[in-house]
Amino acid sequence: MSATAASRWTVAAGVPWAGYALLLAVAPVLWDSSQSLTLLSQMGIAIIACLAYNLLLGQGGMLSFGHAVYSGLGGFFAIHTLRLVSEGTLNLPVSLVPLVGGAFGLLFAAVLGWVTTRKAGTPFAMITLGVGELVWAVSLMFPGFFGGEAGVSANRVVGEPVLGLTFGPALEVYGLIAVYTFVCTAALYAFTRTPLGRLLNAVRDNPERVAFLGFDPRVVRYLAFLASGFFMGVAGGLAALNFEIVTTEVLGAARSGALLLFTVLGGTMVFYGPIVGGVLLVLTTVMLSGVTQAWLLLLGLVFTGVVLVAPGGLAGSAAAVVGLARAGRLGGLAAGLLALGALAVACAAGLVVLVELVYHRQLHDALGPEMIFLGLHLSVDRVDSWWGAAWVALTSGALFEVARRHLAPQWRAAHRDGGRR
Amino acid sequence: MSAVLSLAGVHKQFGKTPIVRGVSLQVDEGERVALIGPNGAGKSTLFNLISGRHAPTAGEIRLRGRRIDGWPPELIHRLGLSRSFQVSQLFGRLSVEDHLRCACLWSLGHRYTFWRRLSALRDVRDRVDEVLDRLHLTGRRDVPAQHLTYAEQRALEIGLTLAGGADVLLLDEPTAGMSQSETARFVALLREVTAGKTLLTVEHDMSVVFGLADRVAVLVQGELIAFDTPQAVRADPRVQAAYLGILPEGAVRA
Repeated sequence: MSATAASRWTVAAGVPWAGYALLLAVAPVLWDSSQSLTLLSQMGIAIIACLAYNLLLGQGGMLSFGHAVYSGLGGFFAIHTLRLVSEGTLNLPVSLVPLVGGAFGLLFAAVLGWVTTRKAGTPFAMITLGVGELVWAVSLMFPGFFGGEAGVSANRVVGEPVLGLTFGPALEVYGLIAVYTFVCTAALYAFTRTPLGRLLNAVRDNPERVAFLGFDPRVVRYLAFLASGFFMGVAGGLAALNFEIVTTEVLGAARSGALLLFTVLGGTMVFYGPIVGGVLLVLTTVMLSGVTQAWLLLLGLVFTGVVLVAPGGLAGSAAAVVGLARAGRLGGLAAGLLALGALAVACAAGLVVLVELVYHRQLHDALGPEMIFLGLHLSVDRVDSWWGAAWVALTSGALFEVARRHLAPQWRAAHRDGGRR
Repeated sequence: MSAVLSLAGVHKQFGKTPIVRGVSLQVDEGERVALIGPNGAGKSTLFNLISGRHAPTAGEIRLRGRRIDGWPPELIHRLGLSRSFQVSQLFGRLSVEDHLRCACLWSLGHRYTFWRRLSALRDVRDRVDEVLDRLHLTGRRDVPAQHLTYAEQRALEIGLTLAGGADVLLLDEPTAGMSQSETARFVALLREVTAGKTLLTVEHDMSVVFGLADRVAVLVQGELIAFDTPQAVRADPRVQAAYLGILPEGAVRA
């Protein structure tokens, strides 16, 4: 983050962005089935939401347990806007509907965030929890607006096509989402480069000191909250367009929890961590849940493991390794880190097999004791299946811990020397 | 001479315990005042009252004639009073450069700007370069504060206090925790970077006090018992009785 080098836009700085744009553009060509197109669209939306969430969590140190409120409310206002357009009461291009979502995300952030951002730390987290529950309760009290159990649905193929785009085909919707994803990512990145963005980091690390530099930390938090609310609303609006239905569950605590969990999993301390988190959110909740019934349990295990061993998240850890490699300091650590990774995978595999055996035993009595998982022929009646899995998990887990303790001092030393250069 | 900072009957109690009891003093333009006193005398509390961390229970604090007691810290800072802390209050993950940028943003009129790139602000860059140079931290520009040496962190703490261009400075034990040779170097640096400013500093090290201060204020159990030139204060029998009686002889390095 050398500021002198970053003071001008350089070609090197543009490369990741060109790559990002290219990836968004070619993704539907590489994965062209209708199912993967749906996944890609959801990933774009999740990326915006996780980035907007991390503006609070990673950039500002604000832990929100109710941030789905802003994407959810944005989504409801977007879907009602879409209905108004289809009734002919409102003349608005469909491609701008997500901005309506953003405007309402901003509006609600302005009202609710005023209360929330008075405090930092645990009080902030508690207030967001309260606000989340409050909005959820209100949504159940007004079925006219929130659609009750059935939700609110609308048709996105309405109004005059702009540039021949009707947004009927899923590919056109993906294109719109991809454009929004790119622009929102760029805008959120630009925010981190502004005076307010840097003040937000300072408020995260030491709010009181910021007050002694002439700034009101509450104002800094509030402005960041507004920005976050806007982008959450955009994500909600895009989701409304994508699914053509919005139900009250988008406001719920489970959604807010998923935002937190996957943003942390991706990594809060590097800008692109939430992009990784957003992709994982969709892969896990949509795909993994189709592969195994134990997905929530596995997610919990992975999440706990990452928080314990790699608090920087996946992207944060990767960035740390790349940083060391670039500084030519990785050398002796490389082999150890690879071994660590292999042991983690082995331990996870052992645990996964154990979990699957437990689930098979509980849920599939009718199917008999045999099961095939990851190419392994297992049986819940055979002791060797259980012992094998447990042995792999325990041995690799123990070796992992031994190796980790061995590597930790070297890892810290390599980073410390980096600072002392 | 006009009083830049004046305290009249300032009183502070936490619960039923009075910490600062009726302190009145005036600091003149460009004057360097050292505030001394045994541990628990209320020196840091007095700093907290002046800088807005706490509101006094009674009394008046004026900065250039304007009443500031009870004001929040950011408003007091905007009037040109800046303070440092006894324990460095830094932003762990931010680089040295980012610290100083944050510290000079308000005074350069950028406020809560989010429509311009920080690195494109020329006035901020110039100010940061200047402060880095004066504190001999230029080579450490990109290092996160948490990786600095202790002495560098103390220098950065002073840098944060200076970068906003405030002309009234409150330094709370700037040399705390430093070795004797570090202290000597640091005092020379402090004298240099605070030239022309009004300075109020808490200090335990008597060599620093007598090397830096025009006047010395002695606080004992929340009361100001003397406020005069270093020579006069040293000769004051009340100070000797109260202050030297509490500290063992060897702790006072005059």
